Amino acid sequence: MSTSSNQNNFSKGTDLAVIVLYMIMVAIGVLCIYMVEYNPNTSWSTSFITAKTNYSKQFYFAIFCSFIGIFILLMDSKVFTALANILYAGGILLMLATFVLGKNINGSKSWIPIAGGFNLQPAELCKIFTALFLAKFISKPETDFTKLKSHLIAGAMIALPAILSIMQHELGLALVYSAFLFAMYREGLPAAILVIGLSFAVLVIAALLLEPTVLAIILTVIASLIILSMIKRFKRNKNTILVVIGIWAICFGTVRFVVPYIFNNVLECYQSTRIYSMVGKEYDCSMNIKAAANMAVGKKSIKPDDYNVKQSKIAIGSGGFWGRGFLKGTQTRGKYVPAQHTDFIFTSLGEAFGFVGTFTFLALYLFFLFRLIRIAERQRSTFSRVYAYSVVGIFLFHIAVNISMTIGLFPVVGIPLPLISYGGSSLLTFTALIFILLRLDADRQMVLR
Amino acid sequence: MALYNSNRGGIIQIIIGVIFVILIGQLISLQIVSNKYKLAADNNAIFRKIIYPDRGIIYDRKKRALLENTISYDLVVIPNEAKGVDTNTLCEILKIDKEEYKKRMIEVIIKNSRVKAGTFEPFLTPELYAQLTENLYRFPGFSLSERSIRNYPYNTAAHVLGYVAEVDVNFLQKHEEEGYEMGDYAGMTGLEKQYESILMGQRGVKRYLRDNKGRIQGAYEKGEFDTLAIAGKNLYTSMDVEVQQLAEKLLQNKVGSAVAINPKTGGVIAMASSPGYNPNLLTGSQRRKTIGRLLLDTARPIYNRAIKGQYPPGSTFKPLGAIIALDEGLITPSYGYNCFGAYGACGDPRKCEHHNAGHAANLQLALANSCNSYFLQVFRMAIDNPKYKNAKTGYLKWKEYMNSFGFGRKLGVDLPSENKANIPDTAKYNKDFGNPRYWNSCYMLTLGIGQDRMTATPLQLANSMAFIANDGYYYTPHFVDSIEDENEQDAAMLEKFRTKQKVTKIPSSIFKVIKEGMHDVTVYGTAAFIKVPGHEYCAKTGTAQNPHGKNHSLFVCFAPKDNPKIAVAVIVENAGYGATWAGPIATLMMEKYLNDTLTPESALKAETLSQVDLMPQAIKDWYVRNNKSAYLTPLEYNNDELSDVWDMEMLASDAIPARIPKDTIKKDTNTKSSLPAAPTTLPKTNKDSAVLNNKKKINKSKQVNKKQPSIKKKTANKNVNQL
Repeated sequence: MSTSSNQNNFSKGTDLAVIVLYMIMVAIGVLCIYMVEYNPNTSWSTSFITAKTNYSKQFYFAIFCSFIGIFILLMDSKVFTALANILYAGGILLMLATFVLGKNINGSKSWIPIAGGFNLQPAELCKIFTALFLAKFISKPETDFTKLKSHLIAGAMIALPAILSIMQHELGLALVYSAFLFAMYREGLPAAILVIGLSFAVLVIAALLLEPTVLAIILTVIASLIILSMIKRFKRNKNTILVVIGIWAICFGTVRFVVPYIFNNVLECYQSTRIYSMVGKEYDCSMNIKAAANMAVGKKSIKPDDYNVKQSKIAIGSGGFWGRGFLKGTQTRGKYVPAQHTDFIFTSLGEAFGFVGTFTFLALYLFFLFRLIRIAERQRSTFSRVYAYSVVGIFLFHIAVNISMTIGLFPVVGIPLPLISYGGSSLLTFTALIFILLRLDADRQMVLR
Repeated sequence: MALYNSNRGGIIQIIIGVIFVILIGQLISLQIVSNKYKLAADNNAIFRKIIYPDRGIIYDRKKRALLENTISYDLVVIPNEAKGVDTNTLCEILKIDKEEYKKRMIEVIIKNSRVKAGTFEPFLTPELYAQLTENLYRFPGFSLSERSIRNYPYNTAAHVLGYVAEVDVNFLQKHEEEGYEMGDYAGMTGLEKQYESILMGQRGVKRYLRDNKGRIQGAYEKGEFDTLAIAGKNLYTSMDVEVQQLAEKLLQNKVGSAVAINPKTGGVIAMASSPGYNPNLLTGSQRRKTIGRLLLDTARPIYNRAIKGQYPPGSTFKPLGAIIALDEGLITPSYGYNCFGAYGACGDPRKCEHHNAGHAANLQLALANSCNSYFLQVFRMAIDNPKYKNAKTGYLKWKEYMNSFGFGRKLGVDLPSENKANIPDTAKYNKDFGNPRYWNSCYMLTLGIGQDRMTATPLQLANSMAFIANDGYYYTPHFVDSIEDENEQDAAMLEKFRTKQKVTKIPSSIFKVIKEGMHDVTVYGTAAFIKVPGHEYCAKTGTAQNPHGKNHSLFVCFAPKDNPKIAVAVIVENAGYGATWAGPIATLMMEKYLNDTLTPESALKAETLSQVDLMPQAIKDWYVRNNKSAYLTPLEYNNDELSDVWDMEMLASDAIPARIPKDTIKKDTNTKSSLPAAPTTLPKTNKDSAVLNNKKKINKSKQVNKKQPSIKKKTANKNVNQL
């Protein structure tokens, strides 16, 4: 009897739907990795026992993660608010430590080797810590999140690990931190900032698509039209015309100087190429300063192509409506898609189960996200809500970017598909994110600070 | 504050919804709207492998395999995996140097890319195979791959069977729709070519999954879409391997040809052409070494004289000339001609071997004695037939007869590139002699004894014997009697060989007379001393003048007389009298076929005959100069031994009949005739220059000794020595 009452205590207030969805996702993930690694000549049962294949490893990761999840559910929810600051500081220290202790995996020095041949990626963990830290900051009674000052502080908190990630050559991980904008928006970040951000993105794409002079003319024409149409208002308020001219100048400057600077000086050659290829253009690597530096050192700059995206699109496209069937995808069996078990795991699903499969999968994920938003909205505590929206943002960002890049809507950046892609660090991070949220949600009647 | 922003939760949901709609939109466009990705995936991953069926086997009439399939091994290499190869050892085994190794590797890469297996060394000899299997662990990336090749257990019938070889670009262009690919093998000559579609069978296609590096991962869809290879069908021929071997043996050291046909079916029993080659020399690893030498050989061992060689038929034509005259009602069997040793009705007298009175007192006697005058007269009667308005019409009628007998046209034997030889067209005579009104039978007189511009292939001659043996019909000569599991298409293919070719309505009484005459040839006539033990036979000898030196020796015959089962034609180039050389060869072949064995005397005769060397001096000189030993013989005859024999004969030059061109032009050739029938407009220069040219040619070939005396269409001999 005592066990059953424990069970009741344990599960009381925990959102079962999320747990079920979590388990389904992880199971789909193991299955997808199995499809990628499938070899008709080896028996899956023996490889499960010997754990030599990635799907069996992922399976053991999942078991390990479920223990972590249970452990988190058994913790006191106050721990998270209490430790938020320390954890964040520790995370940042770990990230700094990678510059000293880091192990080079796939060209990025963001891993710290730990015992047993496993490697830890602090940047992954930092996502959790940043979420907690941001929640802690916004939920502080003295924080007035309508103020610009608060926005800037929050922005700096997010930018710090992002910048460290960029320094580790993990552009994808750095981009994930922009997901916190969701939580900030929910808490009162002016929509104008999002609009400006969006406009900047449109401007960058326009700068890629059009010739600089053509774009300059278009911008000038738009500015002139606005001035002409609002000529009466300008007569009343001379400042407005200055605002319009100022905006025009900023836009022009962005297109003429900022965008080329980013592509030629900030981004690596291959990154620029990938972004250019998204809009169907070719990037000339000789303009890239980093590529030139590499050349000077004597390193050969490898000219990347869009092989990944091409093969990934073929895999998903060849699935058709009903898919080619479980284990029957030729792209998967022939290992045509690079990094298929990690970043391109969605292709094996799309190839095997077709549109029916991908649609069902996306619907499942959409339901999952909406469920998380519902959880977020039912929180009484600001801390829990900010944290919940951070989780939503992180998940959404990962899903959207990962799937977009496999179907050719976004440049290739190393971002895994949550709970599906192979990788212990990634699975652990998302497990922790979810189960911390569930723990907080279970205590939603409490007001946490 | 939270309350103030609570609508933002909804906005966030809308944003999420929009993102998901965009994703699903792109998925619809990829997975439902566009179908190019499915094709791209198939192009990527499905590797079609063609499975080659075994080629059909060719059997003789007693179901002995004239050729079979055996396994040969190729050394293949996957260049990408060939790392850390013990090149020294490999080069040592293959007897190549490092440069060659690199060169071959590059060739393999060009042909088959780096990741697919390409042939490094084809057709390994058993010794090489043994050495390589032992050392294969030292050569990573190399492996041995099986391949089916032809094998000829009887070492015979090379010309008839033909050979298979790798297809070239031309072949691929010609057979575009038939699914051949670079590196395939196909029949190039002989029956292998003629029946390629049947022998090759039906190829199977296996679909494999291929990974991103082109490596095979396993069957696609568990082989659901694979098609099976269907083995080629076997061919059952009318050939008799023992007769064939005997024919080839008898023709050894001679230039010539022998053809034997079963008159009842038209099936070819044997077809030999000499010099020939051992068919095993053109399979597997032998081929590369041999083919060039065979092609360059001045004696042209690859050339099938039986269907391509054009020889003046000489006296072997005489029975046919008689048939025409009898059928036209110009003569009766009792028609006689008073020959005194020459025919002078057309001016320059044509010599006849016989002087005794009455040797051509009737048709039978004339045939038996092969009287030139008699048949010249009969020919003239046919051309100047009063039934027709002029010589041209008469000639055309005569030509029509000849064509219906199978001369001057392709018989349609089931071998590629048969020659139609020549029965001259009137246009030729018009060109030489002007308007047909001004020329008559005297202008082409020697056609009557199978000379002039008339030529025939040995196959046509053998067929004419079948025609006489059958009393007026023949079946198109052919090798293949039946095809294994014959279907309608195959039957249609063989249909023409099963249809009687009865083109003239000549009464059988005529054939009876001819047969009697030809029988007399073997009783008291020109072939009286040649017998076939246990059988009466009919024959006609021929000694054909030709512009290349010594007379060709010809012999046509069929046996038994009353129920012919075999018809034979033999020709030995530049050998002399028909009865001396061609005769025994033909009769020995008939004996072998009819009795299934040779009597001890005959066997001894065959042995002696096979040793006789009648090879023209020019060819021998060529061999000496080019330091070559010939491949004229089956494998059991050691080439070295043969060349020893030859060397001996070179030394004992007096043992060889001197090949001095005989001046066959008699003095009286140039004397002008005062006979009324003499053609006064006969262009003497033409005749003389032709003779001169011939002489020149002979001298030239003697001096240069490079050109093998080949058979020319045009013969211009005006004086004929007939036996």
